[in-house]
Amino acid sequence: MTTIRATYLRMAPVSVPILAIVTALAVAAVAVLASGSDPLVAYGALIEGALGSPERIATTVGRATPFIGTALAMAFAYKAGLFNIGAEGQILAGALLAAWVGTWSFLQGWPGVVLIPVVLAAGTVGGFVWGLVPGVLKARTGAHEVITTIMMNFIMSLLAVWLVNSLDPIILRDPDVSVARTRPLPEAARLWELVPGTKLHLGLFIMLGLVAATAWVLDRTTFGFEVRAVGTNPESATYAGMNVNRITILAMALSGAMAGLAGAGHVSGAEGFLSPGVFVNVGFDAIAIALLARANPWGIVPAALLWGALLSGAPLMQQRAGMSTDLVRIIEATVLVFIAGDAMIRWLFRIRSNGEVSTA
Amino acid sequence: MTGAGRHVLEVEGITKTFPGVVANRSVSFDLAEGEIHCLLGENGAGKTTLMNIVFGLYRPDEGTVRVRGEEVSFSSSADAIAAGIGMVHQHFQLVPTLTVLENVVLGAETVRHGVLELASARRTLADLSDRYGLPVDPDALVGDLSVGIRQRVELLKALYRDADILILDEPTAVLTPGEVDEFLSTVRELVGMGKSIVFITHKLREVSQVADRITVLRNGEVVGRTTPAETSEEELAAMMVGRQVSFTVDVGTSDPGEVVLEVSGLVVDDNRGHAAVRDCSFAVRAGEIFGIAGVEGNGQRELVEALAGMRPVVAGDVRLRGRSLLGLDPRRIAELGVGHIPEDRTRHGLIGAFSVADNLVLNRYHRPPFARGLVRRRSEVTAHAEELVATFDIRTPGVDVPAAQLSGGNQQKVVVARELSRPLEVLLVAQPTRGLDVGSIEFIHRRLVEIRDRGTAVVLVSAELDEVLALADTVGVLYRGRIVASMPAAEADRHRVGLLMATGSEAA
Ligand SMILES: Nc1ncnc2c1ncn2[C@@H]1O[C@H](COP(=O)(O)OP(=O)(O)OP(=O)(O)O)[C@@H](O)[C@H]1O
Ligand SMILES: [Mg+2]
Repeated sequence: MTTIRATYLRMAPVSVPILAIVTALAVAAVAVLASGSDPLVAYGALIEGALGSPERIATTVGRATPFIGTALAMAFAYKAGLFNIGAEGQILAGALLAAWVGTWSFLQGWPGVVLIPVVLAAGTVGGFVWGLVPGVLKARTGAHEVITTIMMNFIMSLLAVWLVNSLDPIILRDPDVSVARTRPLPEAARLWELVPGTKLHLGLFIMLGLVAATAWVLDRTTFGFEVRAVGTNPESATYAGMNVNRITILAMALSGAMAGLAGAGHVSGAEGFLSPGVFVNVGFDAIAIALLARANPWGIVPAALLWGALLSGAPLMQQRAGMSTDLVRIIEATVLVFIAGDAMIRWLFRIRSNGEVSTA
Repeated sequence: MTGAGRHVLEVEGITKTFPGVVANRSVSFDLAEGEIHCLLGENGAGKTTLMNIVFGLYRPDEGTVRVRGEEVSFSSSADAIAAGIGMVHQHFQLVPTLTVLENVVLGAETVRHGVLELASARRTLADLSDRYGLPVDPDALVGDLSVGIRQRVELLKALYRDADILILDEPTAVLTPGEVDEFLSTVRELVGMGKSIVFITHKLREVSQVADRITVLRNGEVVGRTTPAETSEEELAAMMVGRQVSFTVDVGTSDPGEVVLEVSGLVVDDNRGHAAVRDCSFAVRAGEIFGIAGVEGNGQRELVEALAGMRPVVAGDVRLRGRSLLGLDPRRIAELGVGHIPEDRTRHGLIGAFSVADNLVLNRYHRPPFARGLVRRRSEVTAHAEELVATFDIRTPGVDVPAAQLSGGNQQKVVVARELSRPLEVLLVAQPTRGLDVGSIEFIHRRLVEIRDRGTAVVLVSAELDEVLALADTVGVLYRGRIVASMPAAEADRHRVGLLMATGSEAA
């Protein structure tokens, strides 16, 4: 009995998010009922829409791919004690640079082994720079990163709209199509599709590699040690001889670079061009996913997949249960509330937190 | 026993285990109305754990707690407070950005029409201050107060909640000798007014001064119950540690060499930009312990932090074997052979969430053998930690547990072990034995003498004048940011140094 209970408690890092999701679905069912639909039909459709066929699964995973990078960016900054709200601007900075560099005329005709790395590197640099600015501002002037990254988001999303939409002069816009988007990347610069006809592409493995690399850096390198030290106790870090300002700047810039790489991967893999609206809300989803994963790099993979599933299952749910996709956003938000309200879940399911921290 | 009435608190057969350690094993303990019951025990003996159970912070695995004869099962400290129990924790729990008054009412606010009602709280606080002789400025920011005053605020906080059973966990560890005397008389007064007090301390002198009864814990078990009349400090120490302890370490004779550290005309600001160290000059030779005596708040902290490179120097110079340390960052200074045991272990010395092993390499994690290039070598870090845990007798279930889970004294040992385990030119030590039990104090004193004998120049800052006098080869008195006198240990007697500490000059 005691061992069962002990195991139950030891599973808390995994069980708490799962219980939060289940509870959220139960609570959201009330909203579904209130909207006059049958929750069972709705959830059935949601699951079928997300996972009902190989293509649907592929779509779900494809949907989740950029989330992995952005949530990872958020989580990495969080380890350094930084709250990076700027993933949206950073992913866009990366995507924009990648979409532009990929269409440089002198690069045309080169093979994929050259073009793909160039495009991905461009995206990484774009995100790096967009993260570097708030990092420097924080370290040099103390400007809070939450404020500066939000401002950087505005700057980037409006900049992107202008660069891509503008017809006079034409800057990055593809004049050959009626919708506003950048000129297409050459075929050689595209990451391969894994399942034809879906948006699942090789970028998934790039993101998984990024997760592995980040986990390794945090856990096994001196830089990761410094990042975690600065994130938990900057005064001790100073005492230990770490350069807190330098580490803050670097952590923020690298966080941006991760989001930027995700943006480049999306442009090169899923779309082949950039339309400026695709990343709306991605930054906020990243926060939610990182929170769901408790900022654990590997935890981000299932959390992002769940998020992808909710999004890709939504249209079928809407159709079958005759309800609005906004309800899906409500479900997501409910999940988030329950995750953030960790204490509530622990109380509901009698999981004592490790609040048993010694006061001595 | 004075005024031993009925038992207000009875603890019976308490057992509490944490992963890897039994913190309490069938402990029984009681507190009579109107008494001061001292709880003694070496670092990690389980004193804080036991009291945290009484205060509803932990749930015991076995055993019962009775308050005024009634069995209770607290699920949080709110329940304990409601039952009239107050606790002043080993590490304070105040919010530095709030005022004294706000801190006192926090969690027990009265709200009228949805608005925080402070006027009556202010009256109650003034009343309590008066009645128990605990003067405070209700509108001062807690962050600006000295530890002595913060201690007072913690106590008022408990009294404000009508606690009549008070648990004081090492309340005097951070106080200056003068503040200790004041505090002890407050404690006696509280008892006179009907409060009952559990008093945890490592300072045996205080025990004989205030205790009505004494209970000694070792390794989580009760090993003795006695009263001051029936025992002596030596006996208590032996009971706590399980062996004879010598209170004075044989420091031998020092054989100082050339000057290693030279401080001249140093000026350093405190956090608010006022000069805390003013025109401070002294020199420390190899193989010498230079003890800095002084009432706390005379620039000790700023001086040490400046020497370690953690605080900018406004004017003057610091030279290590002739080479100026000005403008070097803490890492560079550490690499030149300057070790630093900081005064505030939880704020500077440790990262509580990191493992004991990681904390033991906190300033060397990037150097061989603990890293190869950018990659950390965990087996080396673990091996290093296991060795230090053994030599420094750090009580921990393992080297992988977070440092925050260690008892207060064992956390201090982690810091000391880290700094003493590498070759040093200079060692800066501030309050090295704060919160340590008698056995560990003896151990650390021996180590300081040992490192001196190996030719290190040691700068020792301590609020315990006895500690300075016992260890130092040269005693310097810091007064208002200046070394106003320095003398060989043979010429430093309590009276002379005390006068210098209080007035800054010998001509009274
Ligand atoms: N939250 C916790 N998790 C795990 N172990 C703990 C925790 N709190 C205390 N311990 C362990 O329990 C034992 C007793 O610790 P406790 O803090 O009660 O000692 P103490 O007598 O107060 O010592 P000190 O005088 O050093 O403060 C120690 O071995 C400590 O490492
Ligand atoms: Mg303790």
